[in-house]
Amino acid sequence: MIRFACRLDRRDFRFDVAFEAESGITALFGPSGSGKTTAIRLLAGLEHAKQGRITLGETVLLDTARGIALPPHRRRIGLVFQDAQLLPHLDIRANLTYGRFFTPRAERRIAFEPVVEMLGIGHLLARRPDTLSGGERQRVAIGRALLASPQLLLMDEPLASLDAARKAEILPFIERLRDEFGVPIVYVSHAVEEVARLAARVIRLENGAVTAAGSPAEVLAPAALASMAERFDAVSVLSAPVRRYLPDYGVTLLDHPAGEIVVPGQIAASRGEVRIAIRATGVTLAVGRPSQISVRTILSGRITAIDRTESPFAMATLALPGGQTLKAYATRLSLDALGLDIGDEVQALIKSATIDERSLALLPPG
Amino acid sequence: MPELTLSPEEWTAIRLSLRIAGLATLASLPLAILVAHWLARSRFRGKVLVDGLVHLPLVLPPVVTGYVLLVLFGRRGPVGAWLEQTFGLVLSFRWTGAALACAVMGFPLMVRAIRLAIEAIDPRLEQAAGTLGASPAWVFATVTLPLALPGIIAGAVLCFAKALGEFGATITFVSNIPGETQTIPAAIYAYTQIPGGDAGAFRLSIVAVIIALGALVVSEILARRSGTRAVPE
Repeated sequence: MIRFACRLDRRDFRFDVAFEAESGITALFGPSGSGKTTAIRLLAGLEHAKQGRITLGETVLLDTARGIALPPHRRRIGLVFQDAQLLPHLDIRANLTYGRFFTPRAERRIAFEPVVEMLGIGHLLARRPDTLSGGERQRVAIGRALLASPQLLLMDEPLASLDAARKAEILPFIERLRDEFGVPIVYVSHAVEEVARLAARVIRLENGAVTAAGSPAEVLAPAALASMAERFDAVSVLSAPVRRYLPDYGVTLLDHPAGEIVVPGQIAASRGEVRIAIRATGVTLAVGRPSQISVRTILSGRITAIDRTESPFAMATLALPGGQTLKAYATRLSLDALGLDIGDEVQALIKSATIDERSLALLPPG
Repeated sequence: MPELTLSPEEWTAIRLSLRIAGLATLASLPLAILVAHWLARSRFRGKVLVDGLVHLPLVLPPVVTGYVLLVLFGRRGPVGAWLEQTFGLVLSFRWTGAALACAVMGFPLMVRAIRLAIEAIDPRLEQAAGTLGASPAWVFATVTLPLALPGIIAGAVLCFAKALGEFGATITFVSNIPGETQTIPAAIYAYTQIPGGDAGAFRLSIVAVIIALGALVVSEILARRSGTRAVPE
């Protein structure tokens, strides 16, 4: 259990943030300059709060009122930087064991071999950091932080400097980290797909303040969206069990009560529930079930709200059978042309190609 | 063509020069690393003043530096008298005094090179080591020092070369005593003051060039071994 409350005044930036985080992954989500990285650096002890209190379990890391401020090296909090920051003069093995050396023997909960095996970096141990690819470096950085057996792992946009293929390569490792090593993670990102996929809890930051906190479905597709940017970013989070994989086509079918969902890639049926994030801008609405169309994912639902603004666009909220909601972003013109209003039954069309690889989440077992 | 065989007196001057430059470099290196780290990594009031004080010998006439040393470290100077009473250590007109003068003159060059090397290290590397459990002292020893090594080598070589060539401050502070304080430059100067001394001055000048070149080559080899180049291109 992490309790965080800090205030900070800089010349052009005011930071006043309080949140709590449990086990699993807590995402700090927001645009750049919103204070995500500041929050992480405060947690790690690399930044000093004017006023604040941070506790991790029973340990008080910071309490300005009582004059307590644990230095970074005594906090036992691992930090994965955006750009790895491996020590360039040491080989990969020495980088991985660096933090272990400073961890008291009794507190070394996490062993070397399972981490190396999980991250698939066994063949890199004798190499130097500058000979590694960006994805490999980031995996080593994760392993290095993990091998110090931290009480909490901080990840500051660990995928931001990687291309799409490398992102897809790292994401499963972060999920396994969460499921297999049981280290609570605070994950900073401005990518809505990553947050929807990984986080159990999302804290939305803007201009150095918390604007929303809750489950991904609540925070990423809230009932009322304040800004234009948030509308474009709005994401619905649906979960559904895997029905089967079609090897000839390379797609997996999910059984959602509102209809069949087709997602790219193979997901084993044994994983059970899958969580997917669907951007509101990627949903098309139709009255009546269209045929002769390439889109195979057609979900039926009922409009429960239409949020019209001055802008050309409106946001429709659909209630799907099974209780989940789906947001659709369309022009006001098209909604009026179809004569759609609250209470109407509609079909929501989702192109599989718009479902980002990153938005396919395997829910933790149990 | 002048006679190229070195006389015993000239060998003495060469050995003395190497000893003085070596002592000056080794003795001031730890302090230079600390001062460079301090200037590179901490923010404090009066940093400009400390920085200026360190660099002062670089811009001051060397004779002035030598005179200040004479006033402070001479047998009747406040520091010199204290050193003699407490440790029985006399610096004025001794080779150790020459080493002190050379160290003071070489110090700014050494601090500058090391400071640049430390400033070039991404602070987030040191922070990463900190979050992995390394205390500031461990971070310094296992991250900062190894990464700054090329700069440290460069600084040491610069200081050594400067010490070999130091003349003004040395001659003012410890005079020009053959066998005690007469370094290569002082010996060359003495040769030029006597008729027929050209051959000796020529020989010692060649030796000075060889030693300086040798120092640069050695530093380059060391720096390459430690991964990066010592002398920035």
